[in-house]
Parts: sequence; structure tokens; C-alpha cells
Amino acid sequence: MATRHTTAAPPVKEGGAAPGRPPAAPTEAEQRRRNRLSRRWQRDMRWSPYAFVSPFFLLFLAFGLFPLIYTGWASLHQVEMTAPTDMTWVGMRNYTRIFDDDFFWNAARNTLTIGIISTVPQLLMAMGLAHILNYKLRASTFYRVAMLAPYATSIAAASLVFVLLFGRDYGMINWALHFVGIDAVDWQNDKWPSQIAVSSIVIWRWTGYNALIYLAAMQAIPQDLYESAALDGASRWRQFLHVTLPSLRPTILFTVVVSTIGASQVFGEPLLFDANKGASGGAEHQFQTLGLYLYEQGWVNQHLGRASAIAWTMFLILIVVGIVNYVISRRLRASS
Amino acid sequence: MRTAKPEDAVPTARKTRRPKSAQAGGHMHGGPIAYIILAVFTIVSLFPLVWTAIAASRDNQRLAQNPPPFVFGSNLFHNLDVAWNDANLGKAFVNTTIVAGTSAATIVFLSTIAGFAFAKLRFRGRGALMLIVIGTMMVPPQLSIIPLYMMVAKLEWTDQLQAVILPSLVSAFGVFFMRQYLIQALPDEIIEAARVDGASSWRVVWHVVFPAARPAMAVLGMLMFVQTWNDFLWPFLVLSQTGNPTVQVAVAGLGRGYTPDQSLIMAGALLGTLPLLAVFAIFGKQIVGGIMQGAVKG
Repeated sequence: MATRHTTAAPPVKEGGAAPGRPPAAPTEAEQRRRNRLSRRWQRDMRWSPYAFVSPFFLLFLAFGLFPLIYTGWASLHQVEMTAPTDMTWVGMRNYTRIFDDDFFWNAARNTLTIGIISTVPQLLMAMGLAHILNYKLRASTFYRVAMLAPYATSIAAASLVFVLLFGRDYGMINWALHFVGIDAVDWQNDKWPSQIAVSSIVIWRWTGYNALIYLAAMQAIPQDLYESAALDGASRWRQFLHVTLPSLRPTILFTVVVSTIGASQVFGEPLLFDANKGASGGAEHQFQTLGLYLYEQGWVNQHLGRASAIAWTMFLILIVVGIVNYVISRRLRASS
Repeated sequence: MRTAKPEDAVPTARKTRRPKSAQAGGHMHGGPIAYIILAVFTIVSLFPLVWTAIAASRDNQRLAQNPPPFVFGSNLFHNLDVAWNDANLGKAFVNTTIVAGTSAATIVFLSTIAGFAFAKLRFRGRGALMLIVIGTMMVPPQLSIIPLYMMVAKLEWTDQLQAVILPSLVSAFGVFFMRQYLIQALPDEIIEAARVDGASSWRVVWHVVFPAARPAMAVLGMLMFVQTWNDFLWPFLVLSQTGNPTVQVAVAGLGRGYTPDQSLIMAGALLGTLPLLAVFAIFGKQIVGGIMQGAVKG
């Protein structure tokens, strides 16, 4: 499979290959040749690392960093979808427009609540699952693969299935709730039920994946830490609190950051969960996220400048979240 | 060794004063409660998938009844056939295979050489550049969609596959993953030996790094294939649902069309998911190992 990539190779100079002949008395020509090879060799040693990492950075510059900065530039202009190259400078007006829009704040609140409802239970359950999977178990690989199956399912397929499962009249979940004596819940139209339903799609897809990440980190904890804790008389629960959790701190922070980024972008689930097939996130905008609001402003209302302002606002929020995370992790490290 | 009591299996179990025990952590056996919890999670994980197949095998009227169907009906192949044709799924499958295959292969190649440089070569700025790579993992790619869309519109690439492929050719996760793997899987001595034999850096990559990295390359390739196969937002924006869709865009189109036939929608969802589930059934163990491999920091 690897041979197919030859043409995509970066322009690395071939030919540092020095012959392995024993050094007999070199002629002058031979000496020149050796010097040349040695210079080539040095050039190779010096520059090839950059040749190896540069494709990543070039592509990232072109398709990651440049568009990100350009989004900031576009957010200061009026740009319509119909003529994306006509840009009129409007300064901060896009920002004031969206901050004046109640739907923006509604979407921001929804993103926050859906983010919390989906991320917190997801990571807690993943932690518990990882702890269980860390025991000696029969058929442990089977559970791991089964738990990862939702990860292989696309947002599109998963959302469509959950729409049916959460149906008000004939959905499986209301049918099951009826047996425990709970009346039919309108999962699509009531605010909290619809947010819970959207979150459940996220939880379903990502819990197993996060459990595996925690499990990997747990297995890297040295066994003697547990042994000495046990010798000191620590119960299993105390071992979990005082050995497992502290050792997992970097991994936990990593998953929190990644999940936060994921939660800020939730888009496909609420888009496809909407019975009215719109971008409004339900008739009352009850589960419209920022991602969906961005799509509505940019692609439905065709205001690309305003959509850019939303994108940059999201980015700034994430930077703040990142800084808060960093400060907390520093504090935690300092206190331990 | 089966000393673990049920409450030990649950992390949230009440604080129990247990006698000292030298066996803990990964050496403990799971009790029945551990198995019960795992069984519940396994069912919850798999049930929506199984039910997709059940719903796809029924007709629309049967889905709008209580109780919901729990067993297979006889309409499966009819529904699959209609969904396949309605959603242009044949073309969508070809498209998605091209997109996911190209992206995954390129990501694997670029990640391996970059990961090798970060793992084994010394160069000025290595630490800083690696920090940037990790930092790019924190930048949400979706925030770049508007200029990318303007670019695609200007180049008149709308509805063309390169619009989906080009932005998905790099993965910071891939670089990080290969670096982690190569640090431990590729002994410095082998590289030095190749150097002493006079191999250039490129030869070292070709004859030493690629063979050593093959297992990780396979896993990363599968992970990236799954990821690009399932990608939704960007393909949804640049590809039309009937003209030149990927599988996800086509499946989403089924749900948003004028046909309210739920069993057809489920048939489409099933078709869109089956290839990846097959990959998981065959390579599940390797994929699980790969995710765990990538998660451990070195």
C-alpha cells in the first residue's frame, strides 16, 4: 500500500548514500568526491526534517490558519452569499447585529446547556466504564468493540434513527416510559426534552470512544502505586480517588478540551433532529445551537459576513475556555 | 484470585473498609455487577443499530403503530432497493470511497514522515513546531468553513469532490499518533545502522520507518477512513444532496426529502452505516488497540 505514495514524496535530495568501501589512500578526485558526498550528507541531515514536517504545516496554513484569519477579516465586512467576492467594510456592525439578536443569545444558551447535558454524563460514564473494563474480564475485547460501534455510525444515520426512537406517538422511548407510568414526552417540541434527546445522540456516539481513552491511560498507571496504596490500607474506592484520578488528570483535561470543542460545534444532530427540516432548531428555536445559527445566517439568510462574526465569536469563546482550562490544570498541578 | 465482591466493580460504590489487598487495578477480576453493567452498555450501544435494520425491514404503516416493531419484517430488500435509487447511493458510495480513501492515504503518509521527524530527528525548532501541531488540534476546523466556501465558490468547485478532499488532507492527531508510536517502536540503533551504511534520510524513511510503522499506519488509516467517511458538515455545505453527494449527505437528504417514508429513511441509514460496521466487525480489535495506543502520552 505504501508504494502508491512515491509520487507524493516531498522533494528530498536523494543520494547521501556513501559507499561503504574501506578508506584506502584516497586520490585527489576521490577526496573531492567524498567531500561532495559529505556536504550532501550534511545538507540532508540538516534539512530533511523540515522537508518531512513541511507538508503538514503548508496544508494547515492553506486550509486551517489562513481561512481562520480570513473569517475574522470577513466578519468586518458585509458579504452576501450571492456575491461572495463583493466585500463592503462595515467594521463591528456584524457583531453588534448578532449581539442584538435574541436568537444568538438563545443559540448560545442552548449550545451551553446541550454541551453540559452531553459532555458531563458522557465523560462520567466513560470513566466508570473504563474502570470496569480495567478489571480482568472474559471477552473484554468484545465489549470494547461493541462500545465503539456507535463511533462508526455517522451523525446522519444516528440522528435519523434517534428521531424515530424519540417519536412522540410511536417512538420506542415513550412506549418504554409508558410502562414505568410516565406520560408521553414531546421530545421534539418541548425545550428540555428536545435538548436531552439531541444530547443523547452525542452521548451515544462518543461514550465508548472516551472510555477507551481513559482505559488506555489507566493501564499506563504503574501497578506498584496501587500495591503501596493497598498496603497502606486504602480501600478500592480510595485507591480510585487517590491513585487513579490524579494519574488520569492530563487525560481528563484532554478529553474535556476536545469534548468542549466538539460541543461548541454541534450541528448535524440538531439539524437532522428537526421535524420541520429547517435550520431553526425546532419551531421555537428550542434546540438551535450556535453551529446551526451560523448555518442559518450564512446559508439560509445568505449573510456570510454575519456568519463569519458568529464563527469568530465562537472561536473567542473557545480561547477563553482554553485559557480557563489551562489555569485550572496549572492550579491542580501546583496543588498536587 | 476471584476475591472481588460486586461492590468493587462499581467505581461509585459506597466506601467499604476492605482488608488490605495486594492485587488491585488491572489485576482484579470483575464481579457479576461489572458484567451486568457492561451488558447494559453493550445493548445500549448496539440496539439503535439493530433497530435501524428492523425498521428498514418494515413498511411505513407498521412503524407508525404501538408497540414499535421488535422483529424483522419482509420489506428489507424492497426498501434497500428504493432507498438506493432514491438517494443516488451508488454514486454516493463511489464518491465517499474516493474521498475517504484519498484523505486517509494522504494523512497516513504525511503523518508518518512528520511523526518520524518529530520522534527521531533532531532539528532546530522541533519542540516549538510540535507544540504548534498539538495546538492545531485545539482549533476547531469548522470555524474555517466560510472562507473555504468562498474559495470553493470562486474556483467553481461546488459539487466537486476536490472541494471535500483538499481541506481534509492533514491531521494533527495523525502526526501526534505516529510520533507516539515511532518513539517506542523504532529503536534509534536501527536508524543509526542505516545511517552508517550511508542511507539518506529519505532512504531511512522508505526502508526503515515505513516497515516499522506499518501496524500504526494501518490503524491510523482505518481511523481516518472512518472519520472522513462520516464527515457531515463540510460535504453537506459544498455538495448537493442529489447531484454529487457523499453517503452522509445522501442519507441526510433522505430524511429531509418530501417522502415521509420512515422505513425508507432507515434503509438509507442502514446502507450508509453497514460498510463501516463491517470494517469494525473485522478490524475492531486493531481499531480499539489503535485508539488506546494514540491516547497514551509518551
